[in-house]
Amino acid sequence: MVIYLLRRLGLALLTCVFISVLTFIIIRLPPGDFVDAYIANLAASGSSVSVEQAQAMRQEYGFDRPVVVQYAFWIGRVLQGDFGVSMMWRRPVTEVIGDRLWLTMVVSVAALFLTWMIALPIGIYSAMRQYSFGDYLFTTLGFIGLAIPNFLLALILMYLGFRYLGLNVGGLFSAEYVQAPWSWARVWDLAKHLPLPAAVLAMAGTAQLIRIMRANLLDELRKPYVITARAKGLTERRAILKYPVRAALNPFASSLAYLFPYLVSGSIIVSLVLGLPTVGPLLLQALVAQDMFLAGTIVLLLGIMTVIGTLISDLLLMWIDPRIRLEGR
Amino acid sequence: MSVSTASDPPASDPRASDPKAAAAEARYAEATQLQLTWWRFRRHKLAVVSLFVIALFYGIAIFADFLAASDPHATDARRSFIPPQGIHLFDENGFNPHVYGLRGVRNPRTFQLSYSPDPARKLPVRLFTRGYTYNLLGLIETDIHLFGIEGGRPGEGIFLLGTDQLGRDLYSRMMVATRVSLSIGLAGVTLSLFLGVLLGGISGLYGGWVDLLIQRLIELLRSVPTIPLWMGLAAALPRTWSVIEVYFAITIIISLIGWTDLARVVRGRFLALREEDFVVAAELSGASQGRIIFRHMLPSFASHVIAATSLALPAMIISETSLSFLGLGLRPPAVSWGILLQDAQNIQVLAGAPWLLSAAVPVTLVILAFNFLGDGLRDAADPYG
Repeated sequence: MVIYLLRRLGLALLTCVFISVLTFIIIRLPPGDFVDAYIANLAASGSSVSVEQAQAMRQEYGFDRPVVVQYAFWIGRVLQGDFGVSMMWRRPVTEVIGDRLWLTMVVSVAALFLTWMIALPIGIYSAMRQYSFGDYLFTTLGFIGLAIPNFLLALILMYLGFRYLGLNVGGLFSAEYVQAPWSWARVWDLAKHLPLPAAVLAMAGTAQLIRIMRANLLDELRKPYVITARAKGLTERRAILKYPVRAALNPFASSLAYLFPYLVSGSIIVSLVLGLPTVGPLLLQALVAQDMFLAGTIVLLLGIMTVIGTLISDLLLMWIDPRIRLEGR
Repeated sequence: MSVSTASDPPASDPRASDPKAAAAEARYAEATQLQLTWWRFRRHKLAVVSLFVIALFYGIAIFADFLAASDPHATDARRSFIPPQGIHLFDENGFNPHVYGLRGVRNPRTFQLSYSPDPARKLPVRLFTRGYTYNLLGLIETDIHLFGIEGGRPGEGIFLLGTDQLGRDLYSRMMVATRVSLSIGLAGVTLSLFLGVLLGGISGLYGGWVDLLIQRLIELLRSVPTIPLWMGLAAALPRTWSVIEVYFAITIIISLIGWTDLARVVRGRFLALREEDFVVAAELSGASQGRIIFRHMLPSFASHVIAATSLALPAMIISETSLSFLGLGLRPPAVSWGILLQDAQNIQVLAGAPWLLSAAVPVTLVILAFNFLGDGLRDAADPYG
């Protein structure tokens, strides 16, 4: 078990390093370096930077050194919590991102819980009543859910809301709470706005998870121990919920590992359509304006968030599956 | 292994005396693998329908310009946001397909120009009319289009799906967009297939540390959220690049992630087949490694790879659509489904011109069809199972 844990931790760390390298490449991809862009940006607004000042900035960020050293410089600063300065906003990147990272997290996690809450009962139902009308209905709905890209669904909902209800269904807060400091009233307002974006995001994942749950449970139901349980006179409910469902639960825990990056990814584009104050719109703006420190930081933080999600999924798997927990004992 | 009646030994089959069943059994026993796969595939009705739908869409892609009614790039400020027009099949003289001309009316309060059909002015719709010049199949220069109107004034035309803000015919743009979106999906999947088969094959064949390395790489790539990564890479493409250069760059970007699933399938099959008796037998008879792979192993997993490919295609199409929708993918004047949907991003515009969303229909249809097709192919991939 300890070995399993250590291996997973090692892998998570490796993934973080990998993501940081990718991020660094993204930051470095545009022609010219950050200082060039910064100077051009300042010049556009009328102020100027002397050659010495530019040189000093280059030295500070290590832009006059080889790429590997630059990477070391950058990662060293990041580890100290210094993500650099956003060119567009002229403020430290952490300040610009502010709450947005947490809101991204809230939307993604809400979507994940919604996925589980819908997929579990429907998956069980579909497996128990295989080939029934309900099974076919959910399968069909699932396929349609898979086929509509979530940003399209968001667009369609926005249009319907605007056209028939005359209201803007986007956003995460009502107008009076957008700028307000955090309070219980604001949290409640957030909770009221959350279902729509969470449902839009959860669609495709739910469809997938229902299919997996159904298939897994069907496999379990055919096993002899279920017949034994029934023969011993257990109620149908107990015979199914107590053993086969628990054994078929594994994909739910592992879904955290692959669904979570997917949901975080999806939240970016859905946020743009629905106007959610997550990192999505900020990332797009930063990329279009070539504000690379801001863009790079967002990509890095999103990556690390999903790594943490994967790690939690591994722990969950260990908790619900004794085969993993007792490995190597 | 499932037990089907046709594969039972005749002696144990009570219907063996029935000549019909015997004939069916003989047919089954003599069928090639391809035939068996086809028979199994035919049983999945939705997959068969999907095959036709996809063929239809690729047909549109090939003959996009022929099917387009007017130049998809021609702008005209006088015809911005025209609602979709219906074709009227009959008039007082009998069968005479026509569309009504349009009358622009300025709203006295908002000063917005809106169009209403003008029944007094009939524009006859005819087949094989002349329009803008294009190259059919990239070879024959022609100006014949499937349909169009005859004898309209400049600026008049047939707008089956309405027009966008710049007055471009949405139907014609959709035809051309189909070509771009479907071909980018195909190109992307081809590239991922190449990477997937190569790396998955190496991984499954050699095992050991190479396998470990490639497996870790796949795990890493799968745990990174893809859209931010794509956005970062796509945003770094120089603005000065031509449409074609951007097209290929986007293809490469979306296939960089897509290959992992295919690599997994190929590796899994390689690992499973390596232990099979027929592979061991071939090895013992002294067949070369190349012969074992291409003559013995490839035919038994090619169908699995085809199924995985058709399941990977929709993801490619969604990626391109998403990136272009965000303005980071293909850039105008290129037309793709994502670029068409970009016009629908603004809710105010969309409320006034809901037909801008019509590109959602082909996107959904194609993705659905590829999913069903992949499902059917996956079932059919193992006809002996």
